[in-house]
Amino acid sequence: MATKSLRTAYGEALVALGKDNKNIVALEADLGKSTMSNLFQVAYPERYFEMSIAEANMASTAAGLALTGKIPFINSFAVFSTGRCYDQLRQTISIAGLNVKICGSSAGLSDYGDGSTHQSVEDMSLMRGIPGMTVLVPVDAVETTKMVAAMVNNPGPMYIRINRNDLPILTPTDTPFEIGKLYTMKEGKDVVVFANGVMVSRALAAAEELAAEGVFVKVVNVSTIKPLDRQAVIACAKGMKAVVTAEEHSVIGGLGSAIAEALRLEKGAPIEFVGIEDVFGTSALNYDELLVHYGLTAQAITTKIKGLLK
Amino acid sequence: MVAAEVIRSIEEKALRMRELIVTDLIGEGKVGHLGGSCSSADIVATLYFHKMKHDPKNPKNPDRDRFLLSKGHAALVQYAALALAGYFPQSELKKVKSLGAMLQGHPDMTKTPGIEANTGSLGQGLSIANGMALGLRIDKSARRVYVIVGDGEQAEGQIWEAAMAAANFKIDNITAIVDCNRLQATGAIKDRFDLNPIRPKWEAFGWNAIEVDGHDVGALIGAFEVTEQVKGKPSVILANTVKGKCISFAENNAAFHNGMLTAEQCKTALCDLETIRKGRA
Repeated sequence: MATKSLRTAYGEALVALGKDNKNIVALEADLGKSTMSNLFQVAYPERYFEMSIAEANMASTAAGLALTGKIPFINSFAVFSTGRCYDQLRQTISIAGLNVKICGSSAGLSDYGDGSTHQSVEDMSLMRGIPGMTVLVPVDAVETTKMVAAMVNNPGPMYIRINRNDLPILTPTDTPFEIGKLYTMKEGKDVVVFANGVMVSRALAAAEELAAEGVFVKVVNVSTIKPLDRQAVIACAKGMKAVVTAEEHSVIGGLGSAIAEALRLEKGAPIEFVGIEDVFGTSALNYDELLVHYGLTAQAITTKIKGLLK
Repeated sequence: MVAAEVIRSIEEKALRMRELIVTDLIGEGKVGHLGGSCSSADIVATLYFHKMKHDPKNPKNPDRDRFLLSKGHAALVQYAALALAGYFPQSELKKVKSLGAMLQGHPDMTKTPGIEANTGSLGQGLSIANGMALGLRIDKSARRVYVIVGDGEQAEGQIWEAAMAAANFKIDNITAIVDCNRLQATGAIKDRFDLNPIRPKWEAFGWNAIEVDGHDVGALIGAFEVTEQVKGKPSVILANTVKGKCISFAENNAAFHNGMLTAEQCKTALCDLETIRKGRA
Protein backbone atom coordinates (compact mmCIF):
# COMPACT_ATOMS: atom_id res chain seq x y z
CA MET A 1 0.00 0.00 0.00
CA ALA A 2 1.28 3.45 -0.93
CA THR A 3 2.33 5.64 1.95
CA LYS A 4 3.04 9.34 2.21
CA SER A 5 4.16 11.81 4.84
CA LEU A 6 1.30 13.78 6.36
CA ARG A 7 3.57 16.58 7.48
CA THR A 8 4.93 17.04 3.97
CA ALA A 9 1.35 17.13 2.73
CA TYR A 10 0.62 19.74 5.39
CA GLY A 11 3.53 21.99 4.39
CA GLU A 12 2.76 21.61 0.69
CA ALA A 13 -0.90 22.42 1.28
CA LEU A 14 0.03 25.61 3.15
CA VAL A 15 2.25 26.66 0.25
CA ALA A 16 -0.41 25.88 -2.36
CA LEU A 17 -3.13 27.76 -0.46
CA GLY A 18 -0.82 30.65 0.38
CA LYS A 19 -0.28 31.39 -3.31
CA ASP A 20 -3.70 32.98 -3.76
CA ASN A 21 -4.63 33.68 -0.16
CA LYS A 22 -2.19 36.34 0.98
CA ASN A 23 -3.74 36.40 4.45
CA ILE A 24 -2.20 33.05 5.32
CA VAL A 25 0.83 33.47 7.58
CA ALA A 26 2.86 30.82 9.40
CA LEU A 27 4.61 30.98 12.75
CA GLU A 28 7.13 28.38 13.81
CA ALA A 29 8.86 27.52 17.08
CA ASP A 30 12.19 26.28 15.73
CA LEU A 31 10.85 22.96 14.45
CA GLY A 32 10.14 23.97 10.86
CA LYS A 33 12.22 21.14 9.43
CA SER A 34 10.00 18.67 11.28
CA THR A 35 6.60 20.31 11.01
CA MET A 36 7.45 21.15 7.37
CA SER A 37 6.35 24.74 7.83
CA ASN A 38 9.77 25.47 6.35
CA LEU A 39 8.23 24.89 2.91
CA PHE A 40 6.09 27.98 3.54
CA GLN A 41 9.16 29.88 4.70
CA VAL A 42 10.91 29.23 1.37
CA ALA A 43 7.83 30.19 -0.65
CA TYR A 44 6.72 33.29 1.26
CA PRO A 45 9.46 34.51 3.61
CA GLU A 46 7.60 37.79 4.23
CA ARG A 47 4.66 35.89 5.68
CA TYR A 48 6.70 33.47 7.77
CA PHE A 49 7.71 34.22 11.34
CA GLU A 50 10.38 32.15 13.05
CA MET A 51 9.25 32.65 16.65
CA SER A 52 12.13 30.67 18.09
CA ILE A 53 11.82 28.52 21.19
CA ALA A 54 9.00 30.53 22.75
CA GLU A 55 5.69 28.82 22.08
CA ALA A 56 3.52 30.92 24.40
CA ASN A 57 4.62 34.11 22.68
CA MET A 58 4.06 32.46 19.29
CA ALA A 59 0.43 31.67 20.15
CA SER A 60 -0.41 35.15 21.43
CA THR A 61 1.40 36.78 18.49
CA ALA A 62 -0.78 34.68 16.20
CA ALA A 63 -3.81 36.08 18.04
CA GLY A 64 -2.64 39.60 17.20
CA LEU A 65 -2.12 38.67 13.56
CA ALA A 66 -5.61 37.16 13.41
CA LEU A 67 -6.94 40.43 14.84
CA THR A 68 -5.59 42.22 11.77
CA GLY A 69 -7.33 39.80 9.41
CA LYS A 70 -4.54 37.30 8.88
CA ILE A 71 -4.99 33.52 9.02
CA PRO A 72 -2.07 32.42 11.19
CA PHE A 73 -0.95 28.81 11.43
CA ILE A 74 1.19 28.15 14.50
CA ASN A 75 3.48 25.17 14.32
CA SER A 76 5.22 22.93 16.79
CA PHE A 77 5.10 19.40 18.09
CA ALA A 78 1.62 18.54 19.37
CA VAL A 79 2.83 18.24 22.93
CA PHE A 80 4.09 21.85 22.82
CA SER A 81 1.54 23.55 20.58
CA THR A 82 -1.23 22.36 22.90
CA GLY A 83 0.36 21.99 26.33
CA ARG A 84 3.04 24.64 26.30
CA CYS A 85 0.62 27.37 25.22
CA TYR A 86 -2.67 26.04 26.54
CA ASP A 87 -3.46 29.23 28.44
CA GLN A 88 -2.78 31.38 25.37
CA LEU A 89 -4.99 29.15 23.21
CA ARG A 90 -7.74 29.31 25.81
CA GLN A 91 -7.69 32.92 26.92
CA THR A 92 -7.07 35.14 23.98
CA ILE A 93 -7.67 32.89 21.00
CA SER A 94 -10.60 30.70 21.93
CA ILE A 95 -12.65 32.96 24.19
CA ALA A 96 -12.72 35.46 21.35
CA GLY A 97 -13.04 32.73 18.69
CA LEU A 98 -10.03 34.08 16.82
CA ASN A 99 -9.10 32.62 13.46
CA VAL A 100 -5.90 30.92 14.62
CA LYS A 101 -4.94 27.48 13.29
CA ILE A 102 -2.83 25.22 15.49
CA CYS A 103 -0.66 22.51 14.02
CA GLY A 104 0.23 19.73 16.44
CA SER A 105 2.94 17.89 14.56
CA SER A 106 4.73 14.66 15.56
CA ALA A 107 1.56 13.86 17.50
CA GLY A 108 0.71 10.82 19.57
CA LEU A 109 3.56 8.33 19.84
CA SER A 110 4.77 9.10 16.33
CA ASP A 111 7.94 10.80 17.58
CA TYR A 112 8.89 7.36 18.85
CA GLY A 113 12.54 7.98 19.70
CA ASP A 114 12.11 11.15 21.75
CA GLY A 115 10.09 9.56 24.53
CA SER A 116 7.39 10.77 26.87
CA THR A 117 8.32 14.46 26.87
CA HIS A 118 7.76 14.65 23.11
CA GLN A 119 4.83 12.27 22.73
CA SER A 120 1.33 13.64 23.10
CA VAL A 121 -1.14 11.25 24.68
CA GLU A 122 -3.60 13.92 25.85
CA ASP A 123 -3.57 16.65 23.17
CA MET A 124 -6.99 15.75 21.74
CA SER A 125 -8.41 15.82 25.24
CA LEU A 126 -6.92 19.24 25.97
CA MET A 127 -8.11 20.76 22.70
CA ARG A 128 -11.51 19.09 22.80
CA GLY A 129 -12.14 20.63 26.21
CA ILE A 130 -11.84 24.18 24.92
CA PRO A 131 -15.25 25.60 23.92
CA GLY A 132 -15.39 26.40 20.22
CA MET A 133 -12.16 24.62 19.26
CA THR A 134 -12.35 22.43 16.16
CA VAL A 135 -10.22 19.28 16.45
CA LEU A 136 -9.05 17.49 13.31
CA VAL A 137 -7.10 14.25 12.93
CA PRO A 138 -6.16 13.37 9.36
CA VAL A 139 -5.96 9.71 8.45
CA ASP A 140 -3.50 10.15 5.61
CA ALA A 141 -1.66 12.68 3.46
CA VAL A 142 -4.59 13.07 1.06
CA GLU A 143 -7.00 13.97 3.84
CA THR A 144 -4.38 16.28 5.36
CA THR A 145 -4.27 18.32 2.16
CA LYS A 146 -8.05 18.72 2.08
CA MET A 147 -8.18 19.47 5.78
CA VAL A 148 -5.72 22.35 5.57
CA ALA A 149 -7.91 23.90 2.87
CA ALA A 150 -10.97 23.45 5.09
CA MET A 151 -9.09 25.14 7.94
CA VAL A 152 -8.38 28.14 5.74
CA ASN A 153 -11.93 28.30 4.43
CA ASN A 154 -13.70 28.08 7.79
CA PRO A 155 -13.25 30.70 10.50
CA GLY A 156 -12.35 30.07 14.13
CA PRO A 157 -9.72 28.31 16.19
CA MET A 158 -8.80 24.86 14.90
CA TYR A 159 -6.35 22.18 15.89
CA ILE A 160 -4.88 19.66 13.45
CA ARG A 161 -3.07 16.61 14.84
CA ILE A 162 -0.42 15.36 12.47
CA ASN A 163 1.50 12.08 12.60
CA ARG A 164 5.25 12.24 12.10
CA ASN A 165 5.52 9.06 10.06
CA ASP A 166 4.47 8.08 6.56
CA LEU A 167 1.04 6.48 6.75
CA PRO A 168 -0.87 4.40 4.17
CA ILE A 169 -3.04 6.38 1.80
CA LEU A 170 -6.60 5.27 2.54
CA THR A 171 -8.73 8.05 1.09
CA PRO A 172 -9.40 9.07 -2.51
CA THR A 173 -8.19 12.41 -3.81
CA ASP A 174 -11.42 13.24 -5.61
CA THR A 175 -13.91 13.25 -2.74
CA PRO A 176 -14.46 16.44 -0.77
CA PHE A 177 -13.60 16.75 2.92
CA GLU A 178 -16.04 18.46 5.21
CA ILE A 179 -15.33 19.42 8.81
CA GLY A 180 -17.61 17.41 11.10
CA LYS A 181 -18.44 14.64 8.65
CA LEU A 182 -17.88 10.96 9.43
CA TYR A 183 -16.28 8.88 6.69
CA THR A 184 -17.18 5.21 6.35
CA MET A 185 -14.10 3.34 5.19
CA LYS A 186 -15.69 -0.09 5.12
CA GLU A 187 -19.29 -1.24 5.53
CA GLY A 188 -20.29 -3.93 8.02
CA LYS A 189 -23.47 -5.03 9.79
CA ASP A 190 -22.32 -6.51 13.10
CA VAL A 191 -19.86 -4.19 14.73
CA VAL A 192 -18.76 -0.58 14.25
CA VAL A 193 -15.23 0.65 14.91
CA PHE A 194 -14.78 4.40 15.19
CA ALA A 195 -11.12 5.17 14.58
CA ASN A 196 -8.86 8.02 13.57
CA GLY A 197 -5.29 8.66 12.52
CA VAL A 198 -2.99 5.66 12.32
CA MET A 199 -5.62 3.45 13.97
CA VAL A 200 -7.91 3.52 10.94
CA SER A 201 -5.53 1.24 9.04
CA ARG A 202 -5.40 -1.07 12.07
CA ALA A 203 -9.20 -1.12 12.26
CA LEU A 204 -9.43 -2.03 8.57
CA ALA A 205 -6.99 -4.91 9.14
CA ALA A 206 -9.07 -6.11 12.10
CA ALA A 207 -12.23 -5.91 9.98
CA GLU A 208 -10.63 -8.03 7.28
CA GLU A 209 -9.54 -10.63 9.78
CA LEU A 210 -12.98 -10.82 11.39
CA ALA A 211 -14.77 -11.00 8.03
CA ALA A 212 -13.02 -14.33 7.48
CA GLU A 213 -14.68 -15.47 10.69
CA GLY A 214 -18.11 -14.22 9.63
CA VAL A 215 -18.15 -11.03 11.70
CA PHE A 216 -18.71 -7.95 9.58
CA VAL A 217 -17.18 -4.77 10.91
CA LYS A 218 -18.02 -1.26 9.78
CA VAL A 219 -15.00 1.05 10.02
CA VAL A 220 -15.61 4.78 10.40
CA ASN A 221 -12.89 7.41 10.11
CA VAL A 222 -13.65 10.10 12.67
CA SER A 223 -11.24 12.67 11.33
CA THR A 224 -13.18 15.47 12.98
CA ILE A 225 -13.32 14.82 16.72
CA LYS A 226 -15.01 18.15 17.33
CA PRO A 227 -17.56 19.25 16.30
CA LEU A 228 -18.73 15.65 16.31
CA ASP A 229 -21.83 14.81 14.27
CA ARG A 230 -23.75 13.13 17.07
CA GLN A 231 -26.66 11.98 14.90
CA ALA A 232 -24.24 10.41 12.43
CA VAL A 233 -22.48 8.56 15.27
CA ILE A 234 -25.85 7.29 16.54
CA ALA A 235 -26.80 6.19 13.03
CA CYS A 236 -23.52 4.29 12.60
CA ALA A 237 -24.01 2.51 15.94
CA LYS A 238 -27.67 1.64 15.34
CA GLY A 239 -28.31 -2.10 15.21
CA MET A 240 -24.69 -2.99 15.91
CA LYS A 241 -23.79 -5.67 18.44
CA ALA A 242 -20.64 -3.87 19.57
CA VAL A 243 -19.03 -0.44 19.35
CA VAL A 244 -15.24 -0.10 19.59
CA THR A 245 -13.15 3.06 19.35
CA ALA A 246 -9.49 3.08 18.38
CA GLU A 247 -7.12 6.00 18.83
CA GLU A 248 -3.44 6.74 19.32
CA HIS A 249 -4.23 8.75 22.44
CA SER A 250 -5.19 8.28 26.05
CA VAL A 251 -8.53 6.56 26.56
CA ILE A 252 -9.40 9.60 28.66
CA GLY A 253 -10.81 12.59 26.82
CA GLY A 254 -10.16 11.67 23.20
CA LEU A 255 -12.10 9.81 20.52
CA GLY A 256 -13.42 7.10 22.82
CA SER A 257 -14.78 9.69 25.23
CA ALA A 258 -16.31 11.68 22.38
CA ILE A 259 -18.11 8.60 20.98
CA ALA A 260 -19.29 7.53 24.42
CA GLU A 261 -20.62 11.05 25.01
CA ALA A 262 -22.45 10.95 21.69
CA LEU A 263 -24.04 7.57 22.45
CA ARG A 264 -24.86 8.29 26.08
CA LEU A 265 -28.62 8.18 25.62
CA GLU A 266 -28.65 5.14 23.30
CA LYS A 267 -29.71 1.78 24.61
CA GLY A 268 -27.52 0.05 22.10
CA ALA A 269 -24.42 -2.03 21.95
CA PRO A 270 -21.71 -2.02 24.61
CA ILE A 271 -18.70 0.25 23.99
CA GLU A 272 -15.03 -0.61 24.39
CA PHE A 273 -11.95 1.57 23.89
CA VAL A 274 -8.62 0.81 22.24
CA GLY A 275 -6.17 3.50 23.31
CA ILE A 276 -3.39 4.33 25.72
CA GLU A 277 -4.40 3.37 29.25
CA ASP A 278 -3.72 6.61 31.13
CA VAL A 279 0.08 6.43 30.97
CA PHE A 280 2.75 8.53 29.27
CA GLY A 281 4.75 7.44 26.25
CA THR A 282 8.27 6.07 26.17
CA SER A 283 11.19 5.83 23.76
CA ALA A 284 11.41 3.06 21.18
CA LEU A 285 13.57 2.40 18.15
CA ASN A 286 10.68 2.19 15.75
CA TYR A 287 7.09 3.34 15.59
CA ASP A 288 5.39 -0.03 15.08
CA GLU A 289 7.18 -1.50 18.07
CA LEU A 290 5.81 1.33 20.22
CA LEU A 291 2.26 0.91 18.91
CA VAL A 292 2.46 -2.79 19.77
CA HIS A 293 3.80 -1.95 23.24
CA TYR A 294 0.74 0.20 23.96
CA GLY A 295 -1.71 -2.26 22.40
CA LEU A 296 -2.54 -0.05 19.46
CA THR A 297 -2.87 -2.90 16.97
CA ALA A 298 -5.36 -4.69 14.76
CA GLN A 299 -5.06 -7.61 17.14
CA ALA A 300 -6.09 -5.45 20.09
CA ILE A 301 -9.14 -4.21 18.18
CA THR A 302 -10.09 -7.80 17.24
CA THR A 303 -9.72 -8.93 20.84
CA LYS A 304 -11.89 -6.10 22.16
CA ILE A 305 -14.58 -6.83 19.55
CA LYS A 306 -14.60 -10.52 20.40
CA GLY A 307 -14.79 -9.66 24.08
CA LEU A 308 -17.93 -7.63 23.51
CA LEU A 309 -19.52 -10.28 21.26
CA LYS A 310 -19.12 -13.08 23.81
CA MET B 1 4.50 72.18 21.96
CA VAL B 2 1.02 71.11 22.98
CA ALA B 3 -1.30 73.90 24.00
CA ALA B 4 -2.04 74.18 27.72
CA GLU B 5 -5.77 73.88 27.12
CA VAL B 6 -5.27 70.57 25.31
CA ILE B 7 -3.40 69.21 28.31
CA ARG B 8 -6.04 70.57 30.69
CA SER B 9 -8.78 68.94 28.68
CA ILE B 10 -7.04 65.53 28.80
CA GLU B 11 -6.44 65.93 32.53
CA GLU B 12 -10.12 66.68 33.01
CA LYS B 13 -11.04 63.52 31.02
CA ALA B 14 -8.79 61.49 33.29
CA LEU B 15 -10.44 62.99 36.38
CA ARG B 16 -13.87 62.28 34.93
CA MET B 17 -12.80 58.68 34.19
CA ARG B 18 -11.75 58.26 37.82
CA GLU B 19 -15.11 59.64 38.96
CA LEU B 20 -16.96 57.16 36.74
CA ILE B 21 -14.80 54.35 38.12
CA VAL B 22 -15.83 55.29 41.65
CA THR B 23 -19.51 56.05 41.05
CA ASP B 24 -20.53 53.76 38.18
CA LEU B 25 -17.93 51.04 37.68
CA ILE B 26 -17.35 50.18 41.35
CA GLY B 27 -19.96 51.93 43.49
CA GLU B 28 -20.77 51.82 47.16
CA GLY B 29 -20.20 48.51 48.90
CA LYS B 30 -18.75 46.89 45.81
CA VAL B 31 -15.38 45.57 44.77
CA GLY B 32 -13.30 46.68 41.78
CA HIS B 33 -9.78 47.15 40.49
CA LEU B 34 -9.43 50.75 41.62
CA GLY B 35 -5.67 51.02 42.16
CA GLY B 36 -4.33 49.90 38.80
CA SER B 37 -7.14 51.67 36.95
CA CYS B 38 -6.29 55.01 38.55
CA SER B 39 -2.56 54.60 37.98
CA SER B 40 -3.22 54.13 34.23
CA ALA B 41 -5.91 56.81 33.88
CA ASP B 42 -3.75 59.67 32.58
CA ILE B 43 -2.02 57.38 30.07
CA VAL B 44 -5.33 55.98 28.81
CA ALA B 45 -6.89 59.45 28.61
CA THR B 46 -3.90 60.79 26.65
CA LEU B 47 -4.21 57.95 24.15
CA TYR B 48 -7.97 58.05 23.60
CA PHE B 49 -8.46 61.80 23.75
CA HIS B 50 -5.34 63.01 22.02
CA LYS B 51 -2.90 60.53 20.58
CA MET B 52 -4.83 57.78 18.83
CA LYS B 53 -6.70 57.82 15.55
CA HIS B 54 -9.91 55.96 16.28
CA ASP B 55 -13.60 56.18 15.49
CA PRO B 56 -16.16 55.38 18.21
CA LYS B 57 -18.87 55.21 15.53
CA ASN B 58 -16.88 52.65 13.55
CA PRO B 59 -14.81 50.74 16.11
CA LYS B 60 -13.54 48.19 13.55
CA ASN B 61 -12.28 50.76 11.04
CA PRO B 62 -9.08 49.13 9.72
CA ASP B 63 -7.40 52.53 9.64
CA ARG B 64 -7.32 52.90 13.43
CA ASP B 65 -4.64 52.84 16.06
CA ARG B 66 -4.99 49.90 18.46
CA PHE B 67 -4.97 50.07 22.23
CA LEU B 68 -4.96 47.12 24.55
CA LEU B 69 -4.48 46.51 28.22
CA SER B 70 -2.15 43.64 28.80
CA LYS B 71 -2.99 44.23 32.47
CA GLY B 72 -6.60 43.40 31.68
CA HIS B 73 -7.75 43.79 35.28
CA ALA B 74 -7.56 47.57 34.79
CA ALA B 75 -10.51 47.24 32.40
CA LEU B 76 -12.49 49.83 34.39
CA VAL B 77 -10.27 52.67 33.20
CA GLN B 78 -10.71 51.60 29.58
CA TYR B 79 -14.47 51.24 30.01
CA ALA B 80 -14.66 54.77 31.40
CA ALA B 81 -12.63 56.11 28.46
CA LEU B 82 -14.68 54.20 25.88
CA ALA B 83 -17.94 55.50 27.37
CA LEU B 84 -16.68 59.09 27.41
CA ALA B 85 -15.44 58.70 23.83
CA GLY B 86 -18.89 57.50 22.76
CA TYR B 87 -18.31 53.81 22.01
CA PHE B 88 -21.39 52.92 24.05
CA PRO B 89 -23.86 54.74 26.32
CA GLN B 90 -22.60 55.74 29.73
CA SER B 91 -25.57 53.82 31.19
CA GLU B 92 -23.69 50.59 30.45
CA LEU B 93 -21.08 51.40 33.09
CA LYS B 94 -23.27 50.63 36.07
CA LYS B 95 -24.11 47.20 34.65
CA VAL B 96 -20.46 46.11 34.70
CA LYS B 97 -19.89 42.48 35.69
CA SER B 98 -23.64 41.78 35.90
CA LEU B 99 -25.11 38.81 34.06
CA GLY B 100 -25.58 39.63 30.39
CA ALA B 101 -23.65 42.90 30.62
CA MET B 102 -21.61 44.31 27.76
CA LEU B 103 -18.83 45.09 30.24
CA GLN B 104 -17.17 41.99 31.65
CA GLY B 105 -14.80 41.68 34.61
CA HIS B 106 -11.94 41.62 32.14
CA PRO B 107 -11.85 43.03 28.57
CA ASP B 108 -13.90 40.99 26.10
CA MET B 109 -13.77 42.04 22.45
CA THR B 110 -16.77 39.89 21.61
CA LYS B 111 -19.02 41.88 23.93
CA THR B 112 -17.65 45.41 24.18
CA PRO B 113 -17.23 47.83 21.25
CA GLY B 114 -13.73 49.28 21.23
CA ILE B 115 -12.05 46.40 23.04
CA GLU B 116 -9.34 45.01 20.78
CA ALA B 117 -8.50 41.69 22.44
CA ASN B 118 -9.45 39.44 25.32
CA THR B 119 -6.90 39.97 28.05
CA GLY B 120 -6.80 39.20 31.73
CA SER B 121 -4.49 36.22 31.87
CA LEU B 122 -1.38 38.28 32.53
CA GLY B 123 1.69 38.34 30.35
CA GLN B 124 0.03 37.94 26.96
CA GLY B 125 -0.88 41.44 25.80
CA LEU B 126 2.56 42.45 24.58
CA SER B 127 2.68 39.37 22.34
CA ILE B 128 -0.79 40.13 21.01
CA ALA B 129 0.28 43.72 20.33
CA ASN B 130 3.35 42.45 18.45
CA GLY B 131 1.12 40.29 16.28
CA MET B 132 -1.13 43.26 15.53
CA ALA B 133 1.89 45.41 14.70
CA LEU B 134 3.25 42.73 12.35
CA GLY B 135 -0.16 42.43 10.70
CA LEU B 136 -0.33 46.19 10.21
CA ARG B 137 3.19 46.11 8.78
CA ILE B 138 2.22 43.44 6.24
CA ASP B 139 -0.73 45.66 5.26
CA LYS B 140 1.61 48.68 4.99
CA SER B 141 -0.61 50.52 7.46
CA ALA B 142 0.59 53.74 9.07
CA ARG B 143 -1.31 52.91 12.25
CA ARG B 144 0.27 52.08 15.59
CA VAL B 145 -0.33 49.68 18.48
CA TYR B 146 -0.32 50.89 22.09
CA VAL B 147 -0.25 48.39 24.93
CA ILE B 148 -0.14 48.97 28.68
CA VAL B 149 1.78 46.38 30.67
CA GLY B 150 1.71 46.30 34.46
CA ASP B 151 5.01 46.49 36.29
CA GLY B 152 4.01 43.50 38.39
CA GLU B 153 3.06 41.75 35.18
CA GLN B 154 6.70 41.82 34.14
CA ALA B 155 7.14 38.74 36.36
CA GLU B 156 5.41 36.77 33.60
CA GLY B 157 8.11 35.24 31.42
CA GLN B 158 6.09 35.73 28.27
CA ILE B 159 6.58 39.50 28.56
CA TRP B 160 10.27 38.93 27.95
CA GLU B 161 9.61 36.44 25.13
CA ALA B 162 7.58 39.21 23.51
CA ALA B 163 10.29 41.77 24.23
CA MET B 164 12.84 39.57 22.43
CA ALA B 165 10.48 39.01 19.53
CA ALA B 166 9.68 42.70 19.01
CA ALA B 167 13.34 43.65 18.89
CA ASN B 168 14.18 40.74 16.60
CA PHE B 169 11.42 41.68 14.14
CA LYS B 170 12.35 45.37 14.45
CA ILE B 171 8.74 46.22 15.26
CA ASP B 172 8.71 50.02 15.37
CA ASN B 173 4.96 50.56 15.10
CA ILE B 174 4.39 49.55 18.70
CA THR B 175 4.57 51.61 21.88
CA ALA B 176 4.47 49.64 25.10
CA ILE B 177 3.77 51.54 28.27
CA VAL B 178 4.74 49.98 31.58
CA ASP B 179 2.48 51.31 34.33
CA CYS B 180 5.12 51.42 37.07
CA ASN B 181 2.94 51.76 40.16
CA ARG B 182 5.29 49.54 42.20
CA LEU B 183 2.53 47.45 43.76
CA GLN B 184 0.99 44.11 42.86
CA ALA B 185 -2.12 42.45 44.30
CA THR B 186 -0.64 41.46 47.64
CA GLY B 187 1.98 44.12 48.26
CA ALA B 188 5.15 45.79 47.01
CA ILE B 189 6.76 44.34 43.90
CA LYS B 190 10.20 44.93 45.40
CA ASP B 191 9.30 42.46 48.16
CA ARG B 192 8.41 39.78 45.59
CA PHE B 193 10.43 39.60 42.39
CA ASP B 194 12.23 42.93 42.36
CA LEU B 195 12.98 43.80 38.72
CA ASN B 196 14.63 47.14 39.44
CA PRO B 197 16.30 48.67 37.64
CA ILE B 198 13.74 48.09 34.89
CA ARG B 199 15.05 50.43 32.21
CA PRO B 200 18.36 48.66 31.50
CA LYS B 201 16.47 45.39 31.17
CA TRP B 202 14.28 46.72 28.38
CA GLU B 203 17.30 48.37 26.77
CA ALA B 204 19.26 45.13 26.97
CA PHE B 205 16.38 43.40 25.20
CA GLY B 206 16.79 45.87 22.33
CA TRP B 207 14.11 48.42 23.13
CA ASN B 208 14.19 52.20 23.06
CA ALA B 209 13.15 53.08 26.61
CA ILE B 210 11.87 56.42 27.88
CA GLU B 211 11.07 57.19 31.50
CA VAL B 212 8.32 59.69 32.31
CA ASP B 213 5.96 60.75 35.07
CA GLY B 214 2.88 58.75 34.12
CA HIS B 215 0.57 61.42 35.52
CA ASP B 216 2.15 64.30 33.59
CA VAL B 217 0.02 64.51 30.46
CA GLY B 218 2.41 66.92 28.72
CA ALA B 219 5.33 64.58 29.37
CA LEU B 220 3.31 61.59 28.15
CA ILE B 221 2.43 63.38 24.91
CA GLY B 222 6.10 64.21 24.43
CA ALA B 223 7.12 60.61 25.07
CA PHE B 224 4.56 59.28 22.59
CA GLU B 225 5.90 61.68 19.96
CA VAL B 226 9.47 60.54 20.57
CA THR B 227 8.52 56.86 20.24
CA GLU B 228 6.91 57.52 16.84
CA GLN B 229 10.21 58.84 15.53
CA VAL B 230 12.25 55.81 16.56
CA LYS B 231 12.73 53.51 13.59
CA GLY B 232 13.97 49.92 13.46
CA LYS B 233 13.33 49.08 17.10
CA PRO B 234 10.40 48.92 19.49
CA SER B 235 9.78 51.59 22.10
CA VAL B 236 8.66 51.36 25.69
CA ILE B 237 7.57 54.19 27.95
CA LEU B 238 8.30 53.45 31.58
CA ALA B 239 5.61 55.51 33.24
CA ASN B 240 6.20 56.17 36.91
CA THR B 241 2.79 56.18 38.49
CA VAL B 242 1.01 56.00 41.80
CA LYS B 243 -1.36 53.12 42.39
CA GLY B 244 -4.78 54.57 43.24
CA LYS B 245 -3.67 58.02 42.00
CA CYS B 246 -5.93 60.93 43.03
CA ILE B 247 -7.89 58.87 45.58
CA SER B 248 -6.27 59.76 48.91
CA PHE B 249 -6.88 56.53 50.83
CA ALA B 250 -6.07 54.31 47.84
CA GLU B 251 -2.78 55.92 46.83
CA ASN B 252 0.15 53.52 47.23
CA ASN B 253 -2.17 51.10 49.00
CA ALA B 254 -2.20 47.51 47.72
CA ALA B 255 -5.46 46.89 49.59
CA PHE B 256 -7.21 48.78 46.79
CA HIS B 257 -5.76 46.65 44.01
CA ASN B 258 -9.20 45.03 43.97
CA GLY B 259 -10.77 46.45 47.09
CA MET B 260 -14.27 47.23 48.28
CA LEU B 261 -15.40 50.84 48.54
CA THR B 262 -17.63 51.83 51.44
CA ALA B 263 -20.17 54.64 51.04
CA GLU B 264 -17.86 56.84 53.08
CA GLN B 265 -14.87 56.00 50.86
CA CYS B 266 -16.85 56.75 47.70
CA LYS B 267 -17.69 60.16 49.16
CA THR B 268 -14.07 60.82 50.11
CA ALA B 269 -12.88 59.74 46.65
CA LEU B 270 -15.27 62.11 44.85
CA CYS B 271 -14.27 64.89 47.25
CA ASP B 272 -10.57 64.21 46.48
CA LEU B 273 -11.22 64.40 42.74
CA GLU B 274 -13.24 67.61 43.06
CA THR B 275 -10.47 69.19 45.13
CA ILE B 276 -7.95 68.37 42.42
CA ARG B 277 -10.28 69.81 39.77
CA LYS B 278 -10.69 73.06 41.73
CA GLY B 279 -6.95 73.26 42.31
CA ARG B 280 -6.37 73.16 38.55
CA ALA B 281 -9.01 75.77 37.71
